Amino acid sequence: MIVGRIIGSVVSTIKHPCYNHQKILLVKPVSPQGAPQSGLMVAVDLVGAGSGDLVLVASEGRAAEELLDFSCRMPVRSLIVGIIDQIDL
Amino acid sequence: MELGRVEGTIVSTAKVDRLHGQKLMLINLVNPDIKPTSNYVVAVDSVGAGKGEIVLVVRGSSARQTQSMQNVPTDASIIAIVDSVELKGKILYNKAKG
Amino acid sequence: MRLGKVVGKVWATVKDPQLAAVKLALMEVVDENQTGTGKILIAADTIGAGDGDLVFWVSGGEAVRAFPDKNIPSDVTIVGLVDHLNVSAS
Repeated sequence: MIVGRIIGSVVSTIKHPCYNHQKILLVKPVSPQGAPQSGLMVAVDLVGAGSGDLVLVASEGRAAEELLDFSCRMPVRSLIVGIIDQIDL
Repeated sequence: MELGRVEGTIVSTAKVDRLHGQKLMLINLVNPDIKPTSNYVVAVDSVGAGKGEIVLVVRGSSARQTQSMQNVPTDASIIAIVDSVELKGKILYNKAKG
Repeated sequence: MRLGKVVGKVWATVKDPQLAAVKLALMEVVDENQTGTGKILIAADTIGAGDGDLVFWVSGGEAVRAFPDKNIPSDVTIVGLVDHLNVSAS
């Protein structure tokens, strides 16, 4: 998993059915100190995260398939699986 | 697998159910000579690693292959605490010597 | 599958039970000319490769299934020793 910050959301009308009714957010990977890193992720939110939140993003297809509880093979990889309260360094 | 140093822990209250009870560690990935890189990963700990220890991190679907991790939605797991690292005949790291 | 060269070893006493008795090698990813790419990974070794050996390895789900009797939590597994490489000039 990586640490990221929610910087926005994705609105899409025409999308794969597996993404229907899912909240799709834009996540910027950040360092533990909160400094933005390179790259940008699009992730399905499972925990009710909002803009500015520091979150945990897991990128593993099979885990996504199981957590989203769909019977179809899911073309989903990145999931927001937790909102970070605190990082103890 | 990659080498990393345990830099800290992550506290998260709002998380998916299947992550409850799992220890989330913040890992700084290091080179074989244990020099830090700028890459970090958050991994679920299955071996009881502590802060400052050098560990082996496995990523991707393989991270869910340990016995305790079958149903855990993780893409990174700590699977071993490293005793020593040898590169081209030289010992680059030895836990006993620090 | 990709090519690599074994450059060292990693020892760990405390590890996942499924990795017990599995050797861990430090391996540099190499190209078709056996030139190192600088990327060094730790691999589960199924064949007993030694320092300097040219090997081929698998990643991901295949790395998990390299042993016949168990699934191991490995994302990089060495599955063969290269005897000889035939590379045609392009």
